[in-house]
Amino acid sequence: MSAIVETDGLTREFTVRDGLRRRRLTAVEDLTVRISPGEAVGYIGANGAGKSTTIKMLTGILVPTTGTVTTCGLRPVKDRRRLARQVGVVFGQRSQLWWDLPLRESFRILAAIHSLPAAVERARTDELVERLEMAEFLGTPVRQLSLGQRMRAEVAAALLHAPRLVILDEPTIGLDVLSKQRLREFLVAERRTRGTTLLLTTHDMGDVERLCDRVLVIDHGRLAYDGDLAGLGRATGAERVLAVDLAGPSADLTGIPAARHLSSEAHGLRQRLAFDAEATTAARVFAAVAERAEVLDFTVEEPDIEDVVRRIYAARR
Amino acid sequence: MAEGFALWARLRPYRAVLASRARSQASYRANFALDLVSSLLAALVELAEVWVLFHAVTRLGGLEFHQILLVFGLADLAFSLADLAVGHCDNLPTYVRAGTLDVFYLRPQPLLLQLVTSDVTLRRLARAAVGLVALVAGLATSDISWGVGSVALLVVALTSGCATFGAMFVWAGACQFFLIDGAEMTNAFVYGGRYAATQPASVWSRPLKVVFGFFFPMAFTGFLPTLRLLDLPAPPWLPTWLGWCGPLAALWAWAMALLCWRWGVRHYRGGGG
Repeated sequence: MSAIVETDGLTREFTVRDGLRRRRLTAVEDLTVRISPGEAVGYIGANGAGKSTTIKMLTGILVPTTGTVTTCGLRPVKDRRRLARQVGVVFGQRSQLWWDLPLRESFRILAAIHSLPAAVERARTDELVERLEMAEFLGTPVRQLSLGQRMRAEVAAALLHAPRLVILDEPTIGLDVLSKQRLREFLVAERRTRGTTLLLTTHDMGDVERLCDRVLVIDHGRLAYDGDLAGLGRATGAERVLAVDLAGPSADLTGIPAARHLSSEAHGLRQRLAFDAEATTAARVFAAVAERAEVLDFTVEEPDIEDVVRRIYAARR
Repeated sequence: MAEGFALWARLRPYRAVLASRARSQASYRANFALDLVSSLLAALVELAEVWVLFHAVTRLGGLEFHQILLVFGLADLAFSLADLAVGHCDNLPTYVRAGTLDVFYLRPQPLLLQLVTSDVTLRRLARAAVGLVALVAGLATSDISWGVGSVALLVVALTSGCATFGAMFVWAGACQFFLIDGAEMTNAFVYGGRYAATQPASVWSRPLKVVFGFFFPMAFTGFLPTLRLLDLPAPPWLPTWLGWCGPLAALWAWAMALLCWRWGVRHYRGGGG
């Protein structure tokens, strides 16, 4: 199957003025990536690692310094207008919507911009309104929407023309747990029903875990990791953490196979154990703990994305 | 007929945006009324400047007050209409900062066309009304031999004047791709140009004649058509048939604006240039 995104040696430099001197700064360096239709890819990296620059080159906003990029089989800069019909982009920080108009109007204008026939426009708008639960604020001016409502509206705006490729730049930033959850569920469903390809940048490991089956890590413009999420954990040795609340004060829970005691609070009432997800499971660790003490409550903490990325960076130096 | 429908359909994206802009501005009635009044006052002050000037002199650059009204009316009406339609273009840095320009890249229409049709400023209607009143007053009080030729000249002068000023706004926007705080510089030419256009070119100093006579063809929007319309003797450096050359001036202005726009966009995308 032909790739939906294909880059070869993609490089982008910027000239920055530093007082009187000019410096060349490489934002993306020699990026070679292939994404097949239907994949869901998490594109992660620290701030300034080159994520946004890559997205801008994929969508034809920026011209690569060297290297090639093909998106949906088109050359983004030359075929920008044709590409726009097949790609939907959500920039977490910039809006597609008209601030002073009721939300409904923005959808109407966007349908006109994408020349959707009236029947398609109605069906798609109704579908998105229902699935993203936007009915109650369709008549509200966009500037009065809450962040969670606005983000759902932005996603709907980017998906109105049913694009093959959806790029989301920090889609869940600043959202509360429930809004995040809703948005992720929607994206999973959209992908399942339409076979949409997803590419998202995020700082939220939850986004990656729930939405993506492949992860790209970019560090200082260079691709540092390309593979699945489990492999990322393996590659970095990131551990999951089991936190337990016990019924009574207990000694430190040391000596559990493949687990490591991290900390105890309040005379051992609350303890945290790190374990390697490759060597054991949360259930096994939990069972071992339950043999030694009565457990009232527990949570499993996933490895922090920042931590994973930091480990990758550290390993590369 | 079928072609008409096809064109109407092709314009659907632009119609949708423009109609929504107009509706949103008119929907806050009190606010809109205030905007209209302040815009009207500003335009009246500019007209008053001309009137005050004629308290000191009876002729300016070979023209009398009612003839100057024609120059002012033609140029100011053309400017106001261009400002109404495309005046937001010289606000480009705002579009860049808000990310609106990047959003334009993600839509299947030409970038400049999207920018031009992304807004209208209806309060400029008040300004256009002042220009129109000055123009009508100038026409009524001047001795014009009316005929097909004079009407055609008026129409040509107004439409090409609008186009010329429109090009100035696009040029100003395009320059701001390169210039930091470029509005200061471009305003000097856009608004300076508008001011020069409402005065007889015969009183301009030599550098002004070069800049606003030909480089930015401001003389073609008011002064030259007025000379032609009134059959007045032109200054020695300007033949009166130039009064008909507004469309050429507009073409030149747009060529310059589009060239700058191209450079600007290439600069923005970082494709060299």
